[in-house]
Amino acid sequence: MIAIVDYGVGNLFSLKSSFAAIGGEAIVTGNSEEIKKAEKIILPGVGAFGDAASKLKESGLADVVISEAQKGKPIMGICLGMQLLLEKSYEYGEHEGLGLIKGEIRPISDVIPKDLKIPHIGWNALKLKGEKSPIFKYLNDGDFVYFVHSFYGANCEENVIATAEYGADLTAAVADKNVFGCQFHPEKSGDVGLKILKAFCELEV
Amino acid sequence: MITKRIIPCLDVKNGRVVKGVNFLGVSDVSSPVELAKFYSDNGADELVFYDITASAEGRALFTDILCEVARTIFIPLTVGGGINTVADFDRVLKCGADKVSVNSGAIRNPDLIYEAAKLYGDQCVVISADVKRVDGVFRVFAKGGRENTGMEAISWIKRCVDNGAGEVVLNSIDTDGVKQGFDLEMLEAVCNVVNVPVIASGGAGCIDDFTKLFKALPKVDAGLAASIFHFGEVAISDLKKELKKNDIPVRM
Repeated sequence: MIAIVDYGVGNLFSLKSSFAAIGGEAIVTGNSEEIKKAEKIILPGVGAFGDAASKLKESGLADVVISEAQKGKPIMGICLGMQLLLEKSYEYGEHEGLGLIKGEIRPISDVIPKDLKIPHIGWNALKLKGEKSPIFKYLNDGDFVYFVHSFYGANCEENVIATAEYGADLTAAVADKNVFGCQFHPEKSGDVGLKILKAFCELEV
Repeated sequence: MITKRIIPCLDVKNGRVVKGVNFLGVSDVSSPVELAKFYSDNGADELVFYDITASAEGRALFTDILCEVARTIFIPLTVGGGINTVADFDRVLKCGADKVSVNSGAIRNPDLIYEAAKLYGDQCVVISADVKRVDGVFRVFAKGGRENTGMEAISWIKRCVDNGAGEVVLNSIDTDGVKQGFDLEMLEAVCNVVNVPVIASGGAGCIDDFTKLFKALPKVDAGLAASIFHFGEVAISDLKKELKKNDIPVRM
C-alpha cells in the first residue's frame, strides 16, 4: 500500500489514477497513522513552497514523513513535493524544507538565458546521471518527461540522478538512499512516467 | 531541450466527440475516452477537450467523461468551453484537467484570469483567443467567433498574460478551416508581446504547415489542430518524423 500524502495542496486525482493504472494500491490520505502503516509514501505538491511547507508542518505530517524516511521507508516527492525534501527554498523569501536531501530551491532564472520562457513547461529529455537509480530501472537515457516549474534544486551535488537541459542543466530528479524526488510529473509523462512509478512500487521495503 | 508540442483538439457535445472521426482500430469514433487513448498512444503531447454543450445535463456528462479520460491516459489535459467562473475551474480540475482555457468567460469578466491564476497558479490558466482581421486590425471575437467585441487583440492578449494567463492559444479565424497554413503574421504579433508559451491554432492542412510554423517562428511552442488529425489526413507520428528531420525538437 502506497500513501499519497494529502495536506491540502493540489489535486491528487491523476496521481491516484496512475497508480491504479499500473496495479499499485494507493490511497490519498492526510492521516498520520495510515501514512505510518503504508509501505511507501508519495509526497505530492503544487503551488508555492512557503505555503505548502507551512501546511505540511502545521498538519504534523512533516514530522511523520521525516521519521518514516529515517526508518528507511521509500519516499518519493513529486514536483513541489520533491522541492520540499530539500533543505530550504528561496522562493519568495527563505523557507525551511524537510532536509531529507541536500540542496536548496532557487529560481531557474538564476541559471538560464534571459530569452527563455519561464516556467520551464513541456516535454524534455532526461539525462540520467551516475549509477542508474532503481526508480529509473525501466528507463533509457533521453526518455521524455513532462515538466512545469519555475524553481529548481541547486547544489544537490551527488544526489542528482537526472537533469534536463533548458539553457542550463536543471535538476530533474534527486535521490539519497530510500528518498527520491522528481521535479517533473511522472503522472503526466505517459508510459515513461508510469514506468517510474512502477519501479518505485517495486522497490524492496 | 524542450520539445515542440503537437496537440489534437476534441470538440465534445453531450458526451460525444463531434465531427466524424475515422480511424482504423477505433471502434467507437465518437467516444472521447477511446479517441483520447488513441491519440495518447500515437504520440500526442497533450490533449485539448472543448466542451460545446449548452445544457447543464450535458455539462455534468462532460465532467464525468473527463474523469474517465483522466483515469485512462497520462498526458497533460486542457479543458475549455463554458468556463465562466472560478467554480468552473474547480469542477474540471477535480476531474483531472491540468489546464483550463478561458475565452468568452474572460471577455465577460476580466477578473476571472487573475482570480483563477491566484488560486491555481499561472501555469493552469490558458487564454484562448479567437482573432480576426477587421479593416486591417486584429480584433477579438467572442461566442465561438460569431461576435466582434471591438477589442484590439494583441493588447487584449497581453493584458490577459499580465493578469496571470500562463499560456496563449491563438486561433486565427481568418485561417481556420482554410487549410492553407497557420497565420504566421498574427502569431508573430502575439509572440512579440508575451513571454509565455504560444500555441498556434487554425489553418493546418498538411505536415508542411507545421514545419513552416516552427521554422518561421521559433517562439511558438505548439501546434494545435482538429480535423486533419481526426480525418487521418495527418498521422502525428509521421508529422513528428518530418519535424525531427527538419531539426525541430519533438518527443518521439
